[in-house]
Amino acid sequence: MRVTFTVNGRPQEADDVWEGESLLYVLRERMGLPGSKNACEQGECGSCTVRLDGVPVCSCLVAAGQVQGRRVDTVEGLAGEDGELSAIQQAFVDAGAVQCGFCTPGLLVAADELLEHNPSPSDGDIREALSGNLCRCTGYEKILDAVRLAAARTGQGV
Amino acid sequence: MTATQGRVRPRAIGTPLDRLDGRAKVTGSARYAYEQPVGEPVYLHAVQATVARGRITGIDTEAAAAVPGVLAVLTHRNAPRLADTRDAELAVLQSDAVAFRGQFVGGVVATTSEAARYAASLVRTTYDTQPHDSVLRPDRDDLYAPESVNGGFATDTEQGDVEAALASAAVTVDQTYTTAMNHNNPMEPHTTVAVWNDGELTLYESTQGVHMVRSQVAPLFGLQPDEVHVVSPFVGGGFGSKGTPHAPVVLAAMAARLVPGRAVRFALTRPQMFFVAGYRTPTVQHIRLGADRGGRLTAISVDAVSQTSRIKEFAEQTAVAARMMYAAPHRRTTHRLARLDVPVPSWMRAPGECPGMFAAEVAMDELAEACGLDPVELRIRNEPATDPETGRPFSSRNLVACLREGARRIGWERREQAPRSRREAGHLVGLGVAASVYPVFWMPGSSATVRAGAGGRYTVSIGAADLGTGTWTALAQIAADALEVPVERVELRIGDTAFPPASVAGGSSGITAWGSAVVHAARRLRETYGNAPPDGAEATGETGDNPATERFAMYAFGAQFAEVRVDEETGEVRVPRLVGVFAAGCVINPKTARSQLVGGMTMGLSMALHEESHVDGRLGQVANHDLAEYHIAANADVGDIDVSWIDEDDPHVNPMGSKGIGEIGIVGTAAAVANAAHNATGVRVRDLPITLDKLLGDPGAGNGPAVRRR
Repeated sequence: MRVTFTVNGRPQEADDVWEGESLLYVLRERMGLPGSKNACEQGECGSCTVRLDGVPVCSCLVAAGQVQGRRVDTVEGLAGEDGELSAIQQAFVDAGAVQCGFCTPGLLVAADELLEHNPSPSDGDIREALSGNLCRCTGYEKILDAVRLAAARTGQGV
Repeated sequence: MTATQGRVRPRAIGTPLDRLDGRAKVTGSARYAYEQPVGEPVYLHAVQATVARGRITGIDTEAAAAVPGVLAVLTHRNAPRLADTRDAELAVLQSDAVAFRGQFVGGVVATTSEAARYAASLVRTTYDTQPHDSVLRPDRDDLYAPESVNGGFATDTEQGDVEAALASAAVTVDQTYTTAMNHNNPMEPHTTVAVWNDGELTLYESTQGVHMVRSQVAPLFGLQPDEVHVVSPFVGGGFGSKGTPHAPVVLAAMAARLVPGRAVRFALTRPQMFFVAGYRTPTVQHIRLGADRGGRLTAISVDAVSQTSRIKEFAEQTAVAARMMYAAPHRRTTHRLARLDVPVPSWMRAPGECPGMFAAEVAMDELAEACGLDPVELRIRNEPATDPETGRPFSSRNLVACLREGARRIGWERREQAPRSRREAGHLVGLGVAASVYPVFWMPGSSATVRAGAGGRYTVSIGAADLGTGTWTALAQIAADALEVPVERVELRIGDTAFPPASVAGGSSGITAWGSAVVHAARRLRETYGNAPPDGAEATGETGDNPATERFAMYAFGAQFAEVRVDEETGEVRVPRLVGVFAAGCVINPKTARSQLVGGMTMGLSMALHEESHVDGRLGQVANHDLAEYHIAANADVGDIDVSWIDEDDPHVNPMGSKGIGEIGIVGTAAAVANAAHNATGVRVRDLPITLDKLLGDPGAGNGPAVRRR
């Protein structure tokens, strides 16, 4: 089948998509967008988190056919056209929230969505919003710091 | 000049420089092994054994081969013959024998990953099944003593007369402790992209050491080392499981040989990682301590049992930390192995020290209780003047300072000596302590090249690895200080066998080994060319030897404290606070170092409360082989983690004065949590993980249940 959808604001088309093909596969193998990571393929780790019509989803669990006519946003779309990092990206670098980087794209997308809906989240809000994203390196503390930092910098933080 | 002569004057060293690879990682542009641009790749999917022991009697590949897009189906019948099969873990598809469930018995190469995976599911294998034995039990009569244990340490040691000392000791502890099988589970699965061109092999590999992969893989295929090229700029975590090559890289290289000129992409699925990528052996440790009434140890005895595989020995050095940790005139340690029909155990963060210090540090807590002593004070009383094992002085040893600072930070004075004395809002609350230790290993064999460029810029090349540890950043800081230039003028190149050889990122030795080589190269460049070398001037330096390792015992130390809250109704265990204070020499980059230590302690917390690979003895496999069933600590499992370090100047370890910090964070965490859980509830959990069922307690033991019984 052919799937037509929008990725990071640009119209995209994928041909010969098979029935079981995941959105993650389409992004990584067809669109040349390997930022979203494949780490468990069962929706447990959150490394492949993207936004589908604004809602965070594990793209490994979304069938490619389901995205027909819809909007997908990935980690590659967070920075500005000029390469300027978004507030949450910059905060992850500054706070030391990045180690191996494999969980980072999914966490950034989830955190970006959190801050869009809740500009001054409590620690409990952050932990809850990011509870679906496993990280094996950082121990999460610096990730919390990064989200707090991004919230504060956008001027709406606590 | 020896490597340790002349300390590097710290300027960039010690500053919290932002991670230099941060931008690439937050924009999704960092290319991990699977994502390296290789033209039109093809895909490999593995076929795994469905019995735990036996011989393959038939393997039907017809249906698989007929799937559109399938290019080749590999089995032991048609796989390339390897030139060297001495390492049975790497002798993939070389015979019809099955040594453990999940072992590779085939592979399918296809033009899409979907076709490869589907076709792999169609391969039909029949077996002559033999009885298997896959569960570690310490009471078996065929435990054996390996020739030595990992790291080249002696299998057994004995000083003095332990039995007599125990018999006459005023206070004794005699208990058995167990740690669970754990799986490393880095977030990035083990991945290889392999391509053969003109008889040479290129591997884009997720690895902790490109030169290690080259040296292990080249002889398998009858190649010279320089005919194998390994590239690994970014690695999504390893924690030991990517330290030495496992079967997947061999299968990928074999598959690629069938399609010369085309790159074969191969990533393990998460479930496959539980079979062919190593794991931490379970351990059973019988510990006996003897002490006088004042808590001064007279005897330490540790008998450690762990498992190895039938096809390849892996001898975890579980008891080595007990040899040097505390003073006692009478001491013995033993290691015994059970050879089982299981996947080959391998390295996992602080192998040896991590499970060993769980048992030893819980035993010390039990001794403190038996003596009526504060557990911090007990450790201070048993602080040795020199290494009890070798008699050598420590190059630096600041365990006591760590204990005192940690006690201050957690508010140790609030701890009730008697267990089960503090209740808050339906929770039993307790505090616990444990010590941490990790050796400073001197790993020779690394080289680095420093090349002068235009405008006072320098390129530093070494085949080192960054698994997320911070090498990209910390090594650049070391190079900058060794050259006495700002970090911005240093371009670091790592993760490629095109660069000078580097030892593996293991044993927390990376910065010591690679940093020493970089410093040596920088100094040579300056000696030869002065402060304004011409464009293109180049010098190479080596890690070399450090004679001080013969004169001193070298270790990093730490103290970890835990606050544990146990729900009185449910037995649920929470750890709202962990404090870790470390003495690890000069800290190169406080920002990346803190992340390493917090991450290590979090993995220790995860080990304490969650992680357990359950072996189903009937099938001979880990039953919970995915991230849904093998729980690693998630965001909400972690509370406040307070990491700090004390100023420690160690002039002996290396030119930076640094000690490794990648592993010490996980050493002692589980013991601190277990000791705090005992302080909270009065129930002594000696078997990891500390799940709520274990806190129900054994009324016969006189402790009573931790939670209310209805």
